[in-house]
Amino acid sequence: MSTVEKEYKGGTQPDAHSVTEPEGHGMGQQESLLDADFIKHPLNRRNVLMTIGIGLNALVGLAIAAPVIGYILGPALRKKGYYKSWVTLGEVSKYPNGQTRLATFVTPYTTPTDGITDNTACWVRRTSETNFQVFAINCAHLGCPVRWFPQSSLFMCPCHGGVYYQDGSRAAGPPERGLFEYKWKIVNGELQINAGQLPTLSNQASVKGSSPCLG
Amino acid sequence: MPGLIENAGRAGRDAYNWVERRLQVEAFVKDSAMHPVPKSTASWWYVFGSAATALLVLQIITGIMLALVYSPSAAEAWKSLNQLDTSLTLGWFLRAMHGWGSNFMIAVVLVHMMQVFVFGAYKFPRELTWLLGVGLLLMTLGMGFTGQVLRFDQDAFWGLGIGASISSRVPFIGGYIVHALLGGPMIGGPTLTRFFALHVFVIPGLLILFASAHVWLVLKLGINEWPMPGRIVRRSTYVQEYNELSHHHGVPFVPGAVWKDLFFSAAIYGAVAACAFIMGPIGPGGQPDPTIIQTVPKPDYFFLWIYSILSYLPDSLETPFILIAPVIGIGVLVALPFVAGEGEKHWSRRPVAVLTLTTLAISIAVLNHLGTYEPWSPKMTAWSGYVLPVKYVHAENPLERQGANVFKAKQCQNCHMIGGLGGERGPALDNVATRLTEDQLVRQVLQGGGNMPAYGKNLSPAETTALVRFLETMHPIGEPPARESPVLAIESPDNTGNPLTGATAQVKATGHDSF
Repeated sequence: MSTVEKEYKGGTQPDAHSVTEPEGHGMGQQESLLDADFIKHPLNRRNVLMTIGIGLNALVGLAIAAPVIGYILGPALRKKGYYKSWVTLGEVSKYPNGQTRLATFVTPYTTPTDGITDNTACWVRRTSETNFQVFAINCAHLGCPVRWFPQSSLFMCPCHGGVYYQDGSRAAGPPERGLFEYKWKIVNGELQINAGQLPTLSNQASVKGSSPCLG
Repeated sequence: MPGLIENAGRAGRDAYNWVERRLQVEAFVKDSAMHPVPKSTASWWYVFGSAATALLVLQIITGIMLALVYSPSAAEAWKSLNQLDTSLTLGWFLRAMHGWGSNFMIAVVLVHMMQVFVFGAYKFPRELTWLLGVGLLLMTLGMGFTGQVLRFDQDAFWGLGIGASISSRVPFIGGYIVHALLGGPMIGGPTLTRFFALHVFVIPGLLILFASAHVWLVLKLGINEWPMPGRIVRRSTYVQEYNELSHHHGVPFVPGAVWKDLFFSAAIYGAVAACAFIMGPIGPGGQPDPTIIQTVPKPDYFFLWIYSILSYLPDSLETPFILIAPVIGIGVLVALPFVAGEGEKHWSRRPVAVLTLTTLAISIAVLNHLGTYEPWSPKMTAWSGYVLPVKYVHAENPLERQGANVFKAKQCQNCHMIGGLGGERGPALDNVATRLTEDQLVRQVLQGGGNMPAYGKNLSPAETTALVRFLETMHPIGEPPARESPVLAIESPDNTGNPLTGATAQVKATGHDSF
């Protein structure tokens, strides 16, 4: 668009205090940066060294930065199962038959600054001499800690009202599935579970009984 | 003495000139300060943007003060916050200023945004100003969330769990996002350092950059004039009209308009300090020990409405809603100045805009209010903490009294209010006998439904009978309990008795015996 000399009503002339037209008018008075010689003709003799210089910086920058993405995303790119291992929940005899008890363990993958966040809780339900169910403490809805009420044999979540039966299946509320379960085994009289990551819909405690994908 | 003052004055002037001749910013500062603004904008409605900037400055200063002591380590953070609160001179006050400053900042940014929307300020030529503002809103909320994480207590810990659970719902890459967000498989040291870097470096850096560009645009494009009905924004004429307005009916920004900004900022600073002084620092709550599960995690007030939405969504809608709604919301905000870049600015000529804003504001306010008392959650201690009012255990019948015991022992009160005490997840049971017949009560208890768990496996037949007999007493004096409709009365024309007593009593008895 061309520059237009405007007659302001009342005779006001544009001055330093005036707002300039953001689209066309007024902008044409000075040459746009986009019309500069080094942008229009980057391969001219006098511009080519600068262009190469920019290219070199981009190349070196990319070469250095690309591996650093691994530094940021590293924790997410571990092989499946990297974080998980078998941890003990103590003697089997700690868990009376027919009851559900809170158990705690230290998560297997730790860092020096974790402090008490390394401790983790889970619910152990013993259904017979040789059979267990080990539930994640995290509600399948949004991860809040569920509580066990032995009198009514229900797990209740304090956040959004998710409720589960004693076998972990969904009873009421917003969760779309039952509680997450850990794989368990008994080794030398000790109950062990396969644990290590925060159970969520995508990273379930175990893939038993449901799709490893979403939901 | 007068000579001394004169000399000092001259020396000061010389020093100013010495610096200015080298720095050469005077022209820019003068132009920025003295530029004329439409007289109508020297209004108390135009003070929120500068107040948000003032709060940003406060947050940066108090934030740096806290960083002198805060330890971004999952093992130490909670202890360092307690040290600030209890053993350092005015540590509690700085934490309180930062916490209340954040509450005020989010509130002021929202009010600023609403004012800008109502005044049509996002229209041509201020589209980019609006877009930067949308970015600033998201960053301010981001600061709110990351700041809440840095207050590394139980709420922060389980709030991170909620954040991770939401992220995990992203299809295909949800699991990776969770681990990238947490910096590992669980919430721990790397999680806190990540959020520390975001809260202290990344987001504030962007925030300062965006805020500077935002203010620059206000200077370059002029402050939005006070809208008048019938004054239409057109791309072809707006700038000319605006210049005329600011030159003919304008005042210089300094001091014509700025004094109100200064007064309001001072009031805001005073209000933050008063809240900080009277109400003290926000948290930290219990220590972030994942094995302490007696906790009711809750977000800070500015996210309570999201927390409420998440409890009301049907489970089938939840994942789509969580993933799609924010995209649509931000998309609408971004598209707004391009879709409605011209036309009327005055609210009286923009009913759709006003109605949309009112609806949104009321919805969020209501959801936020619900979030403060969470009617959807069982009250975990109601069954053992609340009494059963005496008037409800007046029954002479031992079976009914036994039913009251079952009612308490089986945690029914966690979800059902009785005599105004208990949870609100399910309906209050004070008059339940007038709504459900005995058979319906039995069915509801055993099979659940309507968001109630089935108690069939958890109650013995004797307990069920006692409980239902107790619930049968839940009706106002003088209003009989519900009975099944007198089917027999219709089937046998001979029966002319009272349908609420004679005939149906037989049906009820049969129904009950079959149980």
